[in-house]
Amino acid sequence: MQLPRYHRLRQSFYRLEGSRCENCEKAFFPPRKLCRECHSPDLGTYLFTGTGTLYSYSQMNQSPRGFANVGPYAVGMVRLDEGPLIMAQLTDVDGVDLRIGMPVEMVTRKIQENSAHGYIVYGYKFRPLLSNTTEALFSSPDAVATT
Amino acid sequence: MRNVGIVGIGQVPVAEHWDRSLRDLSAEAVISALHDAGDPNPGALYAGNMLAGELTGQENVATLIADATGLLPIEAIKIEAACAAGGAAIRAAYLAVASGAHDCAVAVGVEKMTDHFNDAVSSALATAADADYEAGHGVSFVALNALLMRRYMHEHRVKREDFAPFSVNAHRNAACNPHAMFMDEISVDDYMASPVVADPISILDSAAICDGAAALVLCALENEGTFPKPAVRLAASSCATDTLGLSERRDPLRWQAVADSASTAYKQAGIGPIDIDAFELHDAFTIVSALTLEACSFAEPGEGVRMATSDAIRREGSVPIATMGGLKGRGHPIGASGVYQAVEAVHQLRGTAGEAQIPDARTVMIQSVGGSGSVAVTHIFQT
Repeated sequence: MQLPRYHRLRQSFYRLEGSRCENCEKAFFPPRKLCRECHSPDLGTYLFTGTGTLYSYSQMNQSPRGFANVGPYAVGMVRLDEGPLIMAQLTDVDGVDLRIGMPVEMVTRKIQENSAHGYIVYGYKFRPLLSNTTEALFSSPDAVATT
Repeated sequence: MRNVGIVGIGQVPVAEHWDRSLRDLSAEAVISALHDAGDPNPGALYAGNMLAGELTGQENVATLIADATGLLPIEAIKIEAACAAGGAAIRAAYLAVASGAHDCAVAVGVEKMTDHFNDAVSSALATAADADYEAGHGVSFVALNALLMRRYMHEHRVKREDFAPFSVNAHRNAACNPHAMFMDEISVDDYMASPVVADPISILDSAAICDGAAALVLCALENEGTFPKPAVRLAASSCATDTLGLSERRDPLRWQAVADSASTAYKQAGIGPIDIDAFELHDAFTIVSALTLEACSFAEPGEGVRMATSDAIRREGSVPIATMGGLKGRGHPIGASGVYQAVEAVHQLRGTAGEAQIPDARTVMIQSVGGSGSVAVTHIFQT
C-alpha cells in the first residue's frame, strides 16, 4: 500500500472510524459522503466499538502478492454491533473452532510489510472475544501469577 | 433505437497460450469474426478487457487491436467493468449501432493472464474488489466468494458436495466444445478430492487462469440482408450495479445487480425466465451459479443449489446452463468471457453448437458479472 494512501486510511484502519447519517442515523463502515439509505449529504464521523459477531469466514491457502509472508491466514466478515458488516483478517484463531455467530472483537495488528518502501501497514483485525476470558483470568487469585 | 443483430462470430480456443500474445489472440478473434460476417467495414470497435494494464503493462488495448487488424482509423475504445468487461463491450457496441451512430460495430473481449505466477494474477483480480477495504486487507477474490459460499451453506443448510453438479455439468458440456479449456469430464469424487484454495472453495469450484479472445460483429437489423449469414437478434441489453464492497450489501447473498440487470432484460425482450432455452451464466465459482439462478428468478432463495442437484441445469434439463462449458469448463479469460458467451449463444441459435446443441433453441440469455456481484451485464439473443 502506498504511503499517502495508508495515511488517508489511518483513521478507519486504526480505530474503525466510519460515518453516521445525521438524518436517518444509519451508520456506515467504511465512511460514506452520501447516506445510502436516505441520500442525505449530512453525515458525521462515527466510531465503532469494534465488537460484533462472525458472519462468515474462510481460511485462505493462496495469498495475494504482498501478503505471502503473513499467509496462510483466515479472513472473515463481521457483523458489527452497530449494524454494518466489515471485511477483515481474523487473528489469534489457531486451534479455534471458528463458527458463524461467534462473538469477536477488533484488535490492531500488522496488515502488510512493504519491504520496497520500508514501512509496515497496521490496521484492524478481529479475534474471538477475549474480554470474558480476561475477566475470568483476573478474577482468579492465581491467574496473574501463572500468566 | 434500432434493432440490432449479430452477423459474425470469432473465437480462439481458451488455453494457456504461452506462445501467443494479447495482440495475437485478439487479432485472430476479430479477423475471424469479420470474415464470418463477409468482411464488412465496421465503424467502431469496443474491446472488453480488465487486466492488460496490470499483467501486460499495456493499456490503450482497443487501439492496439484496431492497429493489428487493419481497421485504422476506426473509433476504438477499451471497455472495463472488471470480470463483466466482455458483456460491457457487447453493450457498448449494441448502443453504438442501436443509436444510429454506427451501422456496424465490433465487440471483442481479450485477456492474457498466464505470463505470471498465481500471486500476481490473484492481486490483479483483487482489483475488482474494494482496494482499500477488501484487497487492502489481503482478502483475495476467491476468499470473497468463499465467504459467500460458507454463509450460503449455513443459511440454507446445504453441504459442499451439493455444489458439485455445477462443475460436473460444466465439464460434461465443455467436453463437446473444441474451443474449451477442459474437455475432460469430472466426477463428484473428483470434485470432493480437489485441493482447497480458500475453504470451502476448491480448485474444482473455480474457473481457471487462462488466455483467450472472442469477437462479434453487430449490425442494424435493417441491413441484415447485406451480410452472408442471417442475423441473431439482440432482444435485450442491460447493465446494473451494486455496492463495490461485498460487506456493504444489505444482504450479501442477494445479488441485486444481477437481479436488476436480468429483470430489465426480461422486460426489454417481453419474456420471463420460463422462456429462456439456455442460460450462459457467470459461473466463475459454483456459489455464483447458485446466487445467479436465484437472482434471475429461476429459483427461490436457497433453491439455486437444489436446481443443480435435481439435474435441471443439464443440457436436457429445464434451464440448461454453461451449455458449452461455461466459465468453469470452457475457461474464464476474464474480459473475454462475456464475448465467448455471446459466440456460444449464436452457435446455439444458428444450430451450429455440434454435440452441445440444445434442440430447438430460440432464446438464449447470457450474463457477465464483475466483482462479487457489483456489476452485471445481461443480454438476450433470439432467432
